[in-house]
Amino acid sequence: MTNEKNRKKSQVAAIWRRLRKNKMAVLGLVILSLIILLAVFADLLFDYETLVIQQSAALRLKPPSAEHWLGTDEVGRDILARIVHGARISLPVAFVTIAAATVIGGLLGAISGYGSRQLDNIIMRIMDVFLAIPSILLSIALVAALGTSMTNMILAISISNIPPFARIVRSAVMTIKNEEYIEAARAIGASDARIIVKHILPNCMAPIIVQATLSIAGSILAIASLSFIGLGISPPTPEWGSMLSTGRQFFRAAWWVCAFPGFAIMLTILSLNLLGDGLRDALDPKLKT
Amino acid sequence: MYKFVLKRLVMLIPVLLGVSFIVFSILSFTPGDPVEMRLGDNYSEEAYQAMKEEMGLNDPFLLRYVKYIGNAVRGDFGNSYRTSQPVLNELAARLPNTILLSAAAMLFAVLLGIPLGVISATHQYSAVDNISMIGALFGVSMPNFWLGLMLIVIFAAGLRWFPSSGFEDWASIVLPAVTLSVNSLAMITRMTRSSMLETIRQDYIRTARAKGLKEGVIVIKHALRNAMIPIVTTVGLQFGFSLGGAVLVETVFAWPGIGRLLVECIKLKDTPVVVACVLVLATMFTVINLCIDILYAFLDPRIRAQYKTAKG
Repeated sequence: MTNEKNRKKSQVAAIWRRLRKNKMAVLGLVILSLIILLAVFADLLFDYETLVIQQSAALRLKPPSAEHWLGTDEVGRDILARIVHGARISLPVAFVTIAAATVIGGLLGAISGYGSRQLDNIIMRIMDVFLAIPSILLSIALVAALGTSMTNMILAISISNIPPFARIVRSAVMTIKNEEYIEAARAIGASDARIIVKHILPNCMAPIIVQATLSIAGSILAIASLSFIGLGISPPTPEWGSMLSTGRQFFRAAWWVCAFPGFAIMLTILSLNLLGDGLRDALDPKLKT
Repeated sequence: MYKFVLKRLVMLIPVLLGVSFIVFSILSFTPGDPVEMRLGDNYSEEAYQAMKEEMGLNDPFLLRYVKYIGNAVRGDFGNSYRTSQPVLNELAARLPNTILLSAAAMLFAVLLGIPLGVISATHQYSAVDNISMIGALFGVSMPNFWLGLMLIVIFAAGLRWFPSSGFEDWASIVLPAVTLSVNSLAMITRMTRSSMLETIRQDYIRTARAKGLKEGVIVIKHALRNAMIPIVTTVGLQFGFSLGGAVLVETVFAWPGIGRLLVECIKLKDTPVVVACVLVLATMFTVINLCIDILYAFLDPRIRAQYKTAKG
């Protein structure tokens, strides 16, 4: 038991060592950590009721200044405060959608790769159909059908993210399931479920983690996009995409109402992309060119 | 070769049927009564029932789907709830604009991205390489609707070089096309660079150089041609994605395309138009992917040979 723990530890340590050498990945990790920290301590930095929600006619559309670093919006709310609180929505929502997509997609992929040929065919053909619709379009169609709400948006983004995970896990399972150690496990009488959970899934974690990191970036973009066209999170909740959407009417005179929320979206996606690319190299040194 | 193309075309049918089934079923369960939408506020019970029968809403769900597909392949997507006009008319008016926008964006991305990628690869770690790779990093991460708004602030509201919305003359396509192209441009530049880096290290490039060929000939005729396959894949995939991205970019620039029509009709609950828009965009996406597969065979004699010898 302790032996296994040590081995796991040293694996993680080796991945961390490789990741640390990659400057861009470290940059991504630092930016992401800062964004997460800001999100966690948002309430200490900016009071939700007085700064994020409360409107003030006197402070309408003030440009960036010493008091309001990023200016104020069309109803006099501090943009920096709203962006920081916005991270409390985008990050957890994106995380939840991808966690759901990973579990469901992973399960479908494992069943598909490990189960009978017929089952595999049925599952993968359904995935093909879902992959034939661009994911943002699928999310839009799903939200249009389900109705506009945060729950439905989460559902829509989760569903449109399932197919890539199913594919990745399936192909990983396909390559691993004929390895000798799987045969050995079967020989000592391990059940299918045990083999999948204990032996196959840990061995295809690398591509799953990479895909998940990059998918969270995609999910943040999808949340912002849906909110921007009015199908996601609606005002006055400080979501980045919906800030852009309401700011659109005023941004010709006040560029800052749109510039900074969009920059926040870009920075978050950028950090996740850097981290994802770095993780891909660190988790699988063979893939590195 | 023809057999291969034919086979891929036949395989397209179940995928498209699946796509249409998904889209049709999710939108059939959309809350809101379509009959009420057609009739307005003031109607009698008889009028309601007559309209319901006329719209075919009394039929069971599967029959409605089969009827819909039967009509759709003949170009009849039903009538809009909003205007009572055939959906096809609206699609026909809007679709060319979306194709034009996507094509312009891809043209820009290819014309700029491939040369940039080639220069980045042949001058690895130079200033051009570093700048274009950092640019690509931002380009990949940038939400296109935000870029669109920023371009409007600078080039339409500020400098007044281009109009900010609508489609009146050719100047009005510049900003939306550039906006839509940025993600693709970044991906194409990156892919061209990495694919070129791989090929210029091959032995045949060294041979070509040893033969004393001009550097330009080596780069374009020997290296780029062999590096083309991953680049073509990326271009094709990006072309497909740009159809999804067009939904947002068209909304920002009030571009009279199918994406904006889709967003408007979702808000107005005009389901026949929504179904038709999603179907058309998904079909185009699938057909583009098919074209890429076929294009491979033309680019790579090895793959072509494979299909010639393969059975079926």
